[in-house]
Amino acid sequence: MSNKSTDKTILQKLGLAIFVIALGVFTLSLGLDSYQLSEESLKVSKEYHRVEVLNQAREVGVLNRSFESNIEFISAFKNVLEKAQSSLNEKAENGIPEGIGEWDFKLGDWEVKDYILQTTKSSSVGLIAQNKRLFLLLTFGLGILGGLLYVLPKFNLIPGIKNNHVYHNAMTRGLKFGPRSFFLTMTIIGSLLFGFFYLNKNLFWPLVTAIVILLIIGLVLYAEKQKQNNPTKSASPTITGWLGVFTGVYLIGFYILLYWTPHYITSWILIVDPVSEVLSGNPASQWFLYGLLYTVVVLVMGLRMMAKYQHNKYQLVRTGSVMFFQTAFAFLIPEILIRLNQPYFDFKNIWPLDYDFFFDFNLNTLLNSGGLGIFMLVWGIALIIIGVPVITYFYGKRWYCSWVCGCGGLAETLGDPYRQLSDKSVRAWKFERWIIHGVLVFSVLMTALVLYTYFSGNYNIWIFNSDTVRTWYGFLIGSAFAGVVGTGFYPLMGNRTWCRFGCPLAGYLGLVQKFKSRFRITVNGGQCISCGNCSTYCEMGIDVRHYAQRGQDVVRASCVGCGICAAVCPRGVLRLENSSMDVGTRTQELRTIHISEDEIKLLV
Amino acid sequence: MHIAIIGNGISGITAARNIRKLSDHKITVISAESDYFFSRTALMYIYMGHMRLEDTQPYEDWFWKKNRIDLKNGYVEKVNTQDKELIFYDGESIAYDKLIIACGSKPNKFGWPGQDLDGVHGLYSLQDLEALERHSIGGINQAVIVGGGLIGLELAEMLHSRHIPVTFLVRETNYWNAVLPKEESDMVTRHIRENGIDLQLETELKEIWGKKGVEKAELIVTSSGEKIKCDYVGLTAGVSPNIDFLRFGDIELGKGVLVNEFLETNVPDVYAIGDCAQLQNPRSGRRPIEAVWYTGRMMGETVAYNVCGKKVEYDPGIWFNSAKFFEIEYQVYGTVLTNPPEHHKSIYWEHSDGRKSIRLIYDKNTSSIIGFNLMGVRYRHEVCEKWIKEGTHVEEVLQTLGIANFDPEFYKEYEQEVIDIYNAQTGNNLELKKRRGLRSALEFLKKTIA
Ligand SMILES: Cc1cc2nc3c(=O)[nH]c(=O)nc-3n(C[C@H](O)[C@H](O)[C@H](O)COP(=O)(O)OP(=O)(O)OC[C@H]3O[C@@H](n4cnc5c(N)ncnc54)[C@H](O)[C@@H]3O)c2cc1C
Ligand code: SF4
Ligand code: SF4
Repeated sequence: MSNKSTDKTILQKLGLAIFVIALGVFTLSLGLDSYQLSEESLKVSKEYHRVEVLNQAREVGVLNRSFESNIEFISAFKNVLEKAQSSLNEKAENGIPEGIGEWDFKLGDWEVKDYILQTTKSSSVGLIAQNKRLFLLLTFGLGILGGLLYVLPKFNLIPGIKNNHVYHNAMTRGLKFGPRSFFLTMTIIGSLLFGFFYLNKNLFWPLVTAIVILLIIGLVLYAEKQKQNNPTKSASPTITGWLGVFTGVYLIGFYILLYWTPHYITSWILIVDPVSEVLSGNPASQWFLYGLLYTVVVLVMGLRMMAKYQHNKYQLVRTGSVMFFQTAFAFLIPEILIRLNQPYFDFKNIWPLDYDFFFDFNLNTLLNSGGLGIFMLVWGIALIIIGVPVITYFYGKRWYCSWVCGCGGLAETLGDPYRQLSDKSVRAWKFERWIIHGVLVFSVLMTALVLYTYFSGNYNIWIFNSDTVRTWYGFLIGSAFAGVVGTGFYPLMGNRTWCRFGCPLAGYLGLVQKFKSRFRITVNGGQCISCGNCSTYCEMGIDVRHYAQRGQDVVRASCVGCGICAAVCPRGVLRLENSSMDVGTRTQELRTIHISEDEIKLLV
Repeated sequence: MHIAIIGNGISGITAARNIRKLSDHKITVISAESDYFFSRTALMYIYMGHMRLEDTQPYEDWFWKKNRIDLKNGYVEKVNTQDKELIFYDGESIAYDKLIIACGSKPNKFGWPGQDLDGVHGLYSLQDLEALERHSIGGINQAVIVGGGLIGLELAEMLHSRHIPVTFLVRETNYWNAVLPKEESDMVTRHIRENGIDLQLETELKEIWGKKGVEKAELIVTSSGEKIKCDYVGLTAGVSPNIDFLRFGDIELGKGVLVNEFLETNVPDVYAIGDCAQLQNPRSGRRPIEAVWYTGRMMGETVAYNVCGKKVEYDPGIWFNSAKFFEIEYQVYGTVLTNPPEHHKSIYWEHSDGRKSIRLIYDKNTSSIIGFNLMGVRYRHEVCEKWIKEGTHVEEVLQTLGIANFDPEFYKEYEQEVIDIYNAQTGNNLELKKRRGLRSALEFLKKTIA
């Protein structure tokens, strides 16, 4: 006998099988529907657009025709919309009906996107559209059931650290350096290329971004002399986990579909319609789908986290907290607000993570929503200028990053199996500091431009157009970095890739934590045996052992206070603590140095 | 000056790093085991898949070049102290001005018949781990571990993680009861069995039989005559200094390399540290050879000063150690004996789950605190050390015991329960005045006695 995997009970195997089936049905469901455009299913809000689109659809014979796949349907419908677009443009030359502005009359690109999404969804006529509830059960229902069957038996194990076979498992053992670099490079190039089209073939911003990226690489490798510091151990030297790669690619694909081509996933949106109708009374949007999926994943994987760390009360409370904030604050309360005809608002989301907080549409909505809207505005601003510094001073950035935040919540639940994949090299740390502070600066500048426009009505400032800048920020940071890389890279570079390298709020919280906070991770005298568990399982890529073996308390801007280093340490060396007594001198002592140099004058 | 260090373990590496901090001497660290320093204490985690070998290496590979510490992979066969040179296995030699011997330990073998068969291994080096991995891939149907120390238990946990049935032979009447007091030893014994290990107490190895022709272990015979079929035998009956290559030189040896309080051997410019060093005059209450990580690290630091020309006596301070038995963490500070003298009095609290306990030892005559023994509860090293060093009155310790607690936030605190036991023993009526918290711990630590 000898088996490099953990024991699984029959129930757990069954759970896994059920989960795989659910995932299979979920994935396949994208191809199961058929589509038919009818007068009722055409979702075009403006009457003059509607007439035109219907005409064009009749003309090319798309109206009432059946399509077996959404790809065909969408391409045919796009064609119709393009025809309608040029026809409307022509008509506009010859005069616009009374009372309608030119830009209103013409069919804009963003309207095209919206019409395609809404129409594809409502033109679904096949298996899924007719059996939403059944598919809800087969996907979400079975998925949750399978997940629970897999997770719950873990509560029966003898409590303790459960990291056996993490590096034997094809899901969690990570990537070789080569494939990892490949994924990174492809993602960067892909984003810039895609961004070029996203900005309507505007080369300026993708180019500026490329230059900044090259600049950072140059700074780290040459100015910070990291070229010679080959990070030999940052990625796996010999092994690549194929399941992890598969999962990463699946997640990346999911985010691309969700953000930029949601019309291909209307079947998924249909499936969650019944839930949305119960909660807000409206049919589901892609964002509802995402929110529901997110919450379900945080809850099920949160239970897994609790089972895994059942002996550790800090982990139990903290995981309970992220599960609560995701479910209540990020998911339910906003839906209920909608139901009450109030603005959609996530009370725990803070600028600059919540990068569109100061966008005109949000400010206008809040200002026009009476007392509650004003409260939301004041609340949001108070969190930024009072909440963040004050609470971080007392408890460190963990109060947000690993207790409240949604991104953190996902990372600590769904992402927990991948925490060991963060890069611990000094080189990665240097990259981290340039990139995260770069994003912080970008978010501040972008917001400043947007606010300038808001108050002055002026869009162009020097060579910048505030509208383009905010679109680019939303695309590059808000979607590509936070979403595609943020989650898609869990199995490739660890579960906090976004939080560590990208999140501007984490950057801000980190500065407070580093320079003015009571928080630190205390090292227990000389007990460290340099085993490396703490560093390995630090999701932020902090080389905790470097500090622990010197007996130096850990104060790092990036530490999210997840407490896992302290949990996995086999010698009880680390403790997350706060004290006001020594805020300025937290890291000065080196406790394993047992010969005091004061007593010894050394002759070299 | 060229300083050569034999051994790239914690002691040799700490010496090298500290010499570099103190001087510009040329430093060469030699090891036949691995190219880079790794943490031996983490060997088990590699096998169990918690970490890769790379993760157990505390410094990145470029660190050594940057700090001008030369690394050499090779086996020193002979030390020629006359000409100050090291002669390697392959005939090469290098000259040194000062030599630090930090060659560590090797697993004990007590001359059992069959101890050199294939499939019979200790657990000390990377090569031992590789051998175990090789056998595991071939499939181990039954493993036997001989010797009930910490390494034996780690080996049991390792094999257990791969679902290999383990029979664990222990000579004593209870697991590690030469070190752990009875209750703690009972607790660990229970916990070992709870994990499904076949623990056989008061049982020794008599001989190992091999398969005919292939020289591979297939069966062991115990002292009681029982025969156990097995295809892997782990020998973990302690370690001893790995000094065979020094046998025929002029460096004076006992069980280890004999050194004085400055870690100097009888030969000028030759020092010894870590597991392989045997102190001629250990401090009171301390053993001449202490094969643990922490003493290796302290010796490495001390020897660096001595090598660099500033004489510093080796002072290991108050004894401390820690370990983990499957899921139960263990920490000890100060003196905790299994057969204590009459004036050592003990306050022992155990949690009802049988996996946590706190023990305080104090001197009945002086009421000074002497030691702490913790299972499943973490205590602050510096706080306990300070109490012990200052001979603090046990009642003062008890009343402020909370400041020693180092368990994570939200963990339940049991200090009042410990006090209750003391109260019951003595008819006192003490109450806990300080709870867990960094602030009060810092206040205590920063306070110097007037
Ligand atoms: C599995 C295991 C777990 C342990 N866990 C703990 C623990 O939890 N806590 C604790 O305090 N201690 C623990 N120990 C003990 C601790 O690891 C040792 O005390 C410590 O590693 C000794 O360090 P050292 O530098 O003296 O020697 P070593 O680490 O043994 O280093 C000596 C090196 O010198 C090399 N060498 C020897 N002779 C020659 C030669 N002639 N030529 C070239 N190279 C040579 C060896 O190959 C070896 O690499 C553990 C030991 C083991 C094996
Ligand atoms: S240092 Fe510890 S607490 Fe901080 S992020 Fe890393 S593992 Fe979490
Ligand atoms: S702090 Fe703990 S986990 Fe980290 S290296 Fe030291 S002993 Fe290992």
